[in-house]
Amino acid sequence: MTLFVILALPLVAALVSSLPLGRRVAPATTLLAAVGAVLISGRAALTVAAGAQVVGVAGWIELDGLGALILLLVAVVGMTAALFSWGYVAREKDSRHLRRYYSNYNLFVFAMLAVPMLVEPALVWTAVELTTIFGIYLVAFDNTPEAVEAAWKYSILTIMGGAMALLGFIVLFRATRFGDAPFTWRGLVTLAPKVSSGVLESAFLLILVGFGAKAGLVPLHTWLPDAHSQAPSPVCALLSGVKTTVVLYVILRMLPILNASGRIDVDRWAIVVGLISVGIAAFLILQVTDYKRLFAFSTVEHMGIILTAAGLGGAAAHYGAVYQILNHSLTKSFCFFAAGTTMLTVDTRQIADVRGLIRTSPVAGTALLFGGIAIAGAPPLAVFLSEFSILRSGIAGQHYVAIGLLAAFIVVAFFGILHHLNRMTFGQAEPVPGDAAPVKLPLSSVLTLIIAAAPIVILGVYMPPPLHRLLQMAAEGLAR
Amino acid sequence: MDTLMPVLASLNGLAAGVFLLSAFGLLATRQMQGCVRFFRLQSLALVASIFLIAIGMRVPDLIAVALLDFTIKPLLIPWLLRRYVREELFRRREIDQVLNIPSSLLVALALTITAYFLAVILPPAAGSMGNINVPVGLAGLLLGAFTLAVRREAVPQLIGIFAIENGSLFAGIAIAPRLPLVAEMAFPFDMLIIALVIGILTRITQERVGTTEVGALRSLREGGAE
Repeated sequence: MTLFVILALPLVAALVSSLPLGRRVAPATTLLAAVGAVLISGRAALTVAAGAQVVGVAGWIELDGLGALILLLVAVVGMTAALFSWGYVAREKDSRHLRRYYSNYNLFVFAMLAVPMLVEPALVWTAVELTTIFGIYLVAFDNTPEAVEAAWKYSILTIMGGAMALLGFIVLFRATRFGDAPFTWRGLVTLAPKVSSGVLESAFLLILVGFGAKAGLVPLHTWLPDAHSQAPSPVCALLSGVKTTVVLYVILRMLPILNASGRIDVDRWAIVVGLISVGIAAFLILQVTDYKRLFAFSTVEHMGIILTAAGLGGAAAHYGAVYQILNHSLTKSFCFFAAGTTMLTVDTRQIADVRGLIRTSPVAGTALLFGGIAIAGAPPLAVFLSEFSILRSGIAGQHYVAIGLLAAFIVVAFFGILHHLNRMTFGQAEPVPGDAAPVKLPLSSVLTLIIAAAPIVILGVYMPPPLHRLLQMAAEGLAR
Repeated sequence: MDTLMPVLASLNGLAAGVFLLSAFGLLATRQMQGCVRFFRLQSLALVASIFLIAIGMRVPDLIAVALLDFTIKPLLIPWLLRRYVREELFRRREIDQVLNIPSSLLVALALTITAYFLAVILPPAAGSMGNINVPVGLAGLLLGAFTLAVRREAVPQLIGIFAIENGSLFAGIAIAPRLPLVAEMAFPFDMLIIALVIGILTRITQERVGTTEVGALRSLREGGAE
């Protein structure tokens, strides 16, 4: 029942948002529904962490540790992004356009909430496709030629990926002919030892290639920096923070199935594909000229880190992977809120055009620098802890080459991110042409920054026991 | 029933032939209309194959799937495209292509042969009559991806995506004919929503950028060419 309420909230909000009821109704309903979704999915996650079952329809809609973690993250970022949208999107004059933004926003969140709840892979495919489709309008929202171009590239590449992954999911269904278990993630794990390795391997490769395009894994990542830089900032936070994670989650679900078969070295695939993504993204970060693209490439990097960590194998590395998922989602969404606040202040995306941001706008400057430090992985913030635990578990597992490369790439990305942001925040501010008054930031933006920063700081020094338990259960979900 | 099997199998072979031929047609045609027509033909071949497998392997669910596919792919999707993409697009006869047509066809031939080799990796069809579906579906998938890569116009690119999906289903229907009905029903609806959304996006692209030659969209590049 709980799960149905979580799904119903954004649907109702989407319906209300699409009605012409005044400019305030759509953002307010969206925010209300998002807060509701956070509370209810938080409670569901607590129930799961306590070891109880949360079932909607057995065999179709269920929640396990890994699912609960992703669900919670989608709900939280969905809420902060809704709050950030309030002031950010309000610049849009056309209220019809605004209503369409909010109804698409809610449908987008709905589809993302559905993915971790569904346990039947074919329906998971459908839900992932829906996330892509509902995202298209949001990417094109600014309606500039660049935004439309980004939306086009985003939709063509990721829908193509979906069409390829479709065959993978159908092939995966073939596994149910090898024994008597339902076509669910857990059922497939129990079936795996009996299934011929050709079925599992071809299904995995098709899904890896197809959904890899959606998750932004190299070499099919080219759409990602375009879409994640041209979309409105709250949408970027959703796309980078949780949309890519949700798709990667589906790929991660395949790992225990292939590992359970015992004949396929799927971990090597994960490490190789993951490391290539981290490496390419780290060097692309060095040469960006647009600060939203900077964070977008950092997303590609982090998807690679998570996949590599999942491939390292062992309880510690799996814990590191899910820990990284948690920290990346929270931190990356904050980064895009900071980038959005910067956009509101300076009205440019070019790194070279921004100097001394901390003087022109202390709030935007501080937020951007904090976001950069946090996502680059500086201690004592959350991302540092998870990256460190991944490196440590890899060394313990004697994956020296992979860990050496991973550490080197992370360091390159670290310096790349901080080099660019350092140039933007410090230095002499360029005199503002004319005597334009400093831009007044919307209250909702500042509020979002505070709310989104809190968990990043807190998780750096304190891990609440139920969350730790949830992460452990999620890590177990990757093993099996 | 057993006497019927060879007939059904050869009819399915015919459907597979038409399917592959229309995948080539998608690549070879120079006209926007022709693209849509070949997509229709390919979808009809897919529907025929689903229907034949439904009878041959006694999976009644698949008949419903075939009916749904029949309404959505050859009928509703072309109608939607006509509705949302402006008429003048369809009147433009020539489509730009990155590679000229003879070379494209040569590559397509190579891809089809590759598909036959790759099909060995995929699990074999559930019944003997669907054997031909696996390599042909895979070839459809690869040719669709290739069409997508060489076409520079919005609508043919979209149809390239649909061709990939058709290929996936053509192979998939033989590999796993007993997929849950809910899932089978979701696939064509998904394509319908894609057609709707991308159709609107094409319209917006034309309004904002002034062309639907999406191959010419290259303002977003590394190095900040904006």
